Amino acid sequence: MRISMTVNGRAVSGEVEPRTLLVEFLRNQLGLTGTHVGCDTSQCGCCVVHVDGVSAKSCTMLAVQADGCSVTTIEGLAQGGKLHPLQQAFHEHHGLQCGFCTPGMIMSAADLLQRNPDPTEHEVREWLEGNLCRCTGYHNIVKAILAAAQTMRGMAKAAE
Amino acid sequence: MAEKGIGARVPRKEDLRFITGRGRYTDDINQPGQAYAVFVRSPHAHARIKRIDKAPALALPGVLAVLDGQDVAADGLGNLICGWLVKSKDGSPMKMGKHPLLAQEKVRYVGDRVAVVVAETLAQAKDAAEALVVEYEELPAVVDLAGAHEGPLVHDEIPNNLCYDWELGDKAAVDAAFARAHHVTRTELVNNRLVPNAMEPRAAIGHYDPGQDAFTLYLTSQNPHVHRLVISAFVGIAPEHKLRVVAPDVGGGFGSKIFIYGEECVVLWASKKIGGRPVKWTAERSESFLTDAHGRDHVSRAELALDKDGNFLALRVNTKANLGGYMSTFSSCIPTYLYATLLAGQYKTPAIYCDVQAYYTNTAPVDAYRGAGRPEASFLLETLIDQAAMEMRMDPAEIRRKNFIPKTAFPYQTPVALVYDTGDYEACLDEALRLVDYAGFPARRAQSEKNGKLRGIGISCYIEACGIAPSAVVGSLGAGVGLWESAKVRFTHTGKVQVLTGTHTHGQGHETTFSQLVAEKLGVPYEDVEVIHGDTEKTPVGMGTYGSRSLAVGGEALVRACDKIIAKGKKIAAHLLEASEADIEFRDGKFTVAGTDKSKTIGEIVFAAYVPHNYPAGLEPGMEESAFFDPPNFTFPSGTYVCEVEVDPQTGEVDVVKFVAVDDFGNVINPMIVEGQVHGGLVQGIGQALLEGVRYDAGGQLLTGSYMDYCMPRADDVPSFEVHTVRGTACTSNSMGVKGCGEAGAIGAPAAVINAITNAIGVRVEMPATPERVWRAIQSRPMAKAAE
Repeated sequence: MRISMTVNGRAVSGEVEPRTLLVEFLRNQLGLTGTHVGCDTSQCGCCVVHVDGVSAKSCTMLAVQADGCSVTTIEGLAQGGKLHPLQQAFHEHHGLQCGFCTPGMIMSAADLLQRNPDPTEHEVREWLEGNLCRCTGYHNIVKAILAAAQTMRGMAKAAE
Repeated sequence: MAEKGIGARVPRKEDLRFITGRGRYTDDINQPGQAYAVFVRSPHAHARIKRIDKAPALALPGVLAVLDGQDVAADGLGNLICGWLVKSKDGSPMKMGKHPLLAQEKVRYVGDRVAVVVAETLAQAKDAAEALVVEYEELPAVVDLAGAHEGPLVHDEIPNNLCYDWELGDKAAVDAAFARAHHVTRTELVNNRLVPNAMEPRAAIGHYDPGQDAFTLYLTSQNPHVHRLVISAFVGIAPEHKLRVVAPDVGGGFGSKIFIYGEECVVLWASKKIGGRPVKWTAERSESFLTDAHGRDHVSRAELALDKDGNFLALRVNTKANLGGYMSTFSSCIPTYLYATLLAGQYKTPAIYCDVQAYYTNTAPVDAYRGAGRPEASFLLETLIDQAAMEMRMDPAEIRRKNFIPKTAFPYQTPVALVYDTGDYEACLDEALRLVDYAGFPARRAQSEKNGKLRGIGISCYIEACGIAPSAVVGSLGAGVGLWESAKVRFTHTGKVQVLTGTHTHGQGHETTFSQLVAEKLGVPYEDVEVIHGDTEKTPVGMGTYGSRSLAVGGEALVRACDKIIAKGKKIAAHLLEASEADIEFRDGKFTVAGTDKSKTIGEIVFAAYVPHNYPAGLEPGMEESAFFDPPNFTFPSGTYVCEVEVDPQTGEVDVVKFVAVDDFGNVINPMIVEGQVHGGLVQGIGQALLEGVRYDAGGQLLTGSYMDYCMPRADDVPSFEVHTVRGTACTSNSMGVKGCGEAGAIGAPAAVINAITNAIGVRVEMPATPERVWRAIQSRPMAKAAE
């Protein structure tokens, strides 16, 4: 089947089998290997991308379901050569170690912050229920997300 | 201190590629002409393979090869090995069951490799794996330690499934101490079996190049040189000089990626079998649960003898350890030399005896998982001490303080083989009690009670031996390899530095820490240092990363390579500055003639070494130095962890409301990275205490085989932590004074959590302390019974 979509602002199309998962299309056909696969039961969240602006586990979506959609992956998050505030905060607050869960964590957190620009620590922890990390103990991930939220609120205010 | 030198909280160099999705993990790599491997695995815990019919699989489209145990035997490939020889009490060597790359005659656990299918696409390989016909004769299985001694034989030639029956310590002295004890505290406990669960599943790409007659293996490894050694010397797929092993970015290890498994070997061999196309295999998470080496799984009996004042007189421990269906690479040393040697803890207990029986069962192999033996020792000792305190009506902090090895007593020879070089245990205890506001606990407990909750506080004073290890020591204890480490420092013409290390970073941040170290030592900008690791073709032979050894052993090798650079630089500087070599001082990147303003920068010296137009006679040009370092002793990090929990008596749910960790890691290079290591370890420890546990059913089927059934700690299961490092006691086994920090959290946390629950509800609950177990324990309390 032929599908077309916008990925990180670029129009792409490709031939896929009906069973091809979105993550397989991104990784194998588009070479966007920043989106990872860490489990086979939709729980680890290493594969989170944005589909039409909303976070989705790309291992739980068929590629054909994303036909005509706009997809953003971790590779497309930094704009104009400038890191997204979440990327910057993960770096500054040591919110990553091995890096494998990181793309999913950042994409998931980006969706949280567009829904709730000023989350409490508790809300951040609850939101991350679908993202597993084995390295950081979550401590610095939570810290980074709260710091990025603050930065983004400041940016929003400055833009007003 | 340089701005980004030793002691600075430098954000990590390696982050940029990971936060932008440009990491390069094994599964991200694809090679031209690549084929795909899928393993056919045993659905039975124990069975005889009666017949394998490859024809239906071979007939399917795209299938390139189907290989089984007979093919492995026909090609004369060797077995996987356990590289540490443990001897039983009677002096006989451990009994190592044969561990072929693909099962021969029998399968010994659910998930055991029976055959591999190689096809053009992954989907074709999966379809063909389904089509392969394997007939089994099912055999009765033994799945736990309780049934192991009398159970069906996992390896027909090994009686009672007993791999070894080992002991350490002075039994007579212990018996005598017990005979005169005022009080004896006794317990039985289980150390629950865990799955390491690095977020990146194992993966490998094997490639045989017929033109070069050479092999390349990309894989998820913590120690690529050890993989190369075993695959070459024992499995025999390729001679060592014709095998390149590359471990690119690796998504966490925690021990599970130390080991030489069958799958990675098979894809390398299969590549040659299909004529030299690359063969890729990536584990699905289900395969990780079934086949990654599990951790822990002990059942122990422990007794502590005390005098009337609460002084420890002796400790007696018997442990039964589950090895699973086969011995994994280092499995024998975990429940022995990495376990019983730590039973002294932070205490001056004069006599200790431990014996350990290690059994085969029809379950996945068990080997090192973060802490490896030391969490088991720490948990046993620290919960036993709490029980003793309760029985003797003493404060848990004070009974520990009373028995601490005093800071004036170092170096301290324990009765279980180790010599602790330095330590100050009271400093960590005092700081932890202050930070947690120990004195204010009764008020917090009263407040919780008003809210209908039971509040408890638990202390755990851990010690560990890491920075593995002195080769002479581990060799005398049975290790088949030396455990030194290597480093090479290479300057370029333009004064940039390449650091090549035998260690491997898979989350630990070596690229940053080692750059800080080199920047400080050589006075070069941090940004000018590039750390290279994980490729046997680039880096010097090294033993890899595990046992919290990278900085203490690999970092010291790096320091010594830097020292050689400085020594050579002095010769060149002396020549250029027309001074005596003895008068040259090196500081902050400058060689200076003592007492003068005559100097040369290290950049000028390096340039002179590469463009030696005016150069000392007889001195080799170039500026590249290697060092190998074998430490005289382990490092001994220690600390006190205090956990506070609130238990809901209606549901048994445990909420970790406060966690304070105070560690003595000696000197610290990058506190931010060290704290991150502790955070991660703590959550693995809390996970063991509250959430995680492997379950097999009576027939050996894995019930906890996915994230739906195996409870991984999630962000909302744990609190934020208070992690502090005290101004530590410097380690004496390396010039930096550093100790390992990677495993501490996982070692110290479980006892703190369980002691807190016991303190809250008055009964000790086995790990994982699930709401059901805690609720049942609350119902079983004498008080609850009296109320009925």
